[in-house]
Amino acid sequence: MANTAAPLVELKNIDLTFNPGTVNETCLFRDFNFRVDRGEFVSVVGSNGSGKTSMLNLICGTLNPESGHILLDGKDITKMPEFKRSQRIGRVFQNPAKGTCPDLTILENLSLADNKGKAYGLSRGVNQAKKEEYRTLLSQLHMGLEDKLDVAVGSLSGGQRQALALLIATMTPIDLLILDEHTAALDPKSSETVMDLTLKTIEEKNLTALMVTHNLRFATDYGTRIVMMHEGRAHLDSYGRDKSEFDVDYLLKEFTEISIELGN
Amino acid sequence: MNIFLGLAETVLREGLIYGIMAMGVYITYKILNFPDLSVDGTFPLGACVAAAAITGGINPWIACLLALAAGAAAGCVTGLLHVKAHITDLLSGILVMTAMWSVNLIITGGTAIKQFFNMPTIFNGALLQSLPEGVYKHRQLIVIFLIALAVKLVLDWYLATKSGLLLRAAGNNEQYVTGLGRDPGTMKIIGLAIGNACTALAGCVLAQLNENADINSGKGMVVMALASVIIGIALFKRVPKLKFVTMAVLGSIVYKACLMAALQLGLPNSYLKLLMAVLLTVAIVSERLGGKKGGAHHG
Ligand SMILES: Nc1ncnc2c1ncn2[C@@H]1O[C@H](COP(=O)(O)OP(=O)(O)OP(=O)(O)O)[C@@H](O)[C@H]1O
Ligand SMILES: [Mg+2]
Repeated sequence: MANTAAPLVELKNIDLTFNPGTVNETCLFRDFNFRVDRGEFVSVVGSNGSGKTSMLNLICGTLNPESGHILLDGKDITKMPEFKRSQRIGRVFQNPAKGTCPDLTILENLSLADNKGKAYGLSRGVNQAKKEEYRTLLSQLHMGLEDKLDVAVGSLSGGQRQALALLIATMTPIDLLILDEHTAALDPKSSETVMDLTLKTIEEKNLTALMVTHNLRFATDYGTRIVMMHEGRAHLDSYGRDKSEFDVDYLLKEFTEISIELGN
Repeated sequence: MNIFLGLAETVLREGLIYGIMAMGVYITYKILNFPDLSVDGTFPLGACVAAAAITGGINPWIACLLALAAGAAAGCVTGLLHVKAHITDLLSGILVMTAMWSVNLIITGGTAIKQFFNMPTIFNGALLQSLPEGVYKHRQLIVIFLIALAVKLVLDWYLATKSGLLLRAAGNNEQYVTGLGRDPGTMKIIGLAIGNACTALAGCVLAQLNENADINSGKGMVVMALASVIIGIALFKRVPKLKFVTMAVLGSIVYKACLMAALQLGLPNSYLKLLMAVLLTVAIVSERLGGKKGGAHHG
């Protein structure tokens, strides 16, 4: 089983409280532990407010824990600022607007992303010679974007932007792909397209992925491991177990039990 | 007719000088969405640096470079206050603007108006003296035009570099820049440095034109620059291939023409700042009503 695999991400003894010392104080994580192994595709499900996004924010550095440690590839990154962690992490958000620059053209967006990891100096921002390469890349999305290189990204549809955001997030070599409900704002057909694209990218580039979704079918079909969050804990985790036990019916049943628990 | 041409030349001269500032403010206000009030302090900063340098025997062109550097440094302070000390954009600008008052007085040695009549300036160099009479008459406009053109070309070039593209991304979507592994805060500081460097250069050129540096010359610069940028973009955004930086300069010229027209029509001088405020208000409101944001991206 996967237990012997090397951990890529480790959250160790994490404590996280929002608005400490105020009336709005909410403790989300208490001694929270979590690991993601290299090569895993972890699907994270769970009710609203269960702490899924917060967990991703801790890994990416958008949020900092009060105590505990965060390790990426064995290296302690707890104190590393978000932008530095991004060197090795790609992220796609629920809101398609977050993963692209609306006022920049597709070509400009891609040129910036293509340069990730290198210096942003005084050489030409857009390399016209790469247009053909970008066109080929875009044509693989089957959304007709290859003919819109000089169009501002803001005028694309949500699905087109999300596909582009996924392309951008994985354009340069990364260790970890983080997806936070990245199909939630899309219509059923676009969700399927983007989800297929996600899987294809992950397989082609051999990425480790952590995907939050409310779509239980996506979670079970695509993930190699299922985690259900509840009140800042991993309530269920298929880690080291047979994933097939964690089917949609089982997850729904657990969901209902948690909701009843909350109702009482 | 001659009077009209004279007025037109004055409008062009002033429009271009303040246009240098407007180009810088385009970067902070339109690209970075940062309403930078420090401009009111860095405009006279450039003027004071020019006066101190020229009376100190420094070449007037070197004085321009010193003004650029001083403005950039002040812009960095505004940026650091905002990015590192997490002070709001408006307050960061006010702090620097206030501090500049003292800095400017220190540079001029304590006088509010530092004169340098009949000293070398960029408008009376040996090269200009050798120009034929008909051209020499217009030397001020020519020099100012060349400086404004140089600033425009440099800004156009910069905005097309990788760093410039990242700057535009930082104003558009900070999260995107973070995702690229870069600090959006650094880009904001760079943008503010550029904006205030241009502003100080404008102050420096105006001081050399007047052969004196006036510590009060910064009053209303924010309003003037913002109005120029907004008017310029509103009027010229439909012109194909025209760069936003150029629209800012054109806006400044139109703006100056409006003020000049009002004065010629008999508006008392004391109403000038009121008119400036009204013009900016009208510009902002009509920009809103016009619907489109039309600006943050670069042509
Ligand atoms: N910045 C914040 N300030 C205060 N409370 C916060 C903040 N971010 C998250 N929380 C709280 O932490 C809890 C977990 O939020 P989180 O966004 O992680 O949930 P989630 O599982 O992603 O939910 P959803 O499915 O709705 O996206 C919620 O109760 C939320 O109110
Ligand atoms: Mg969430």
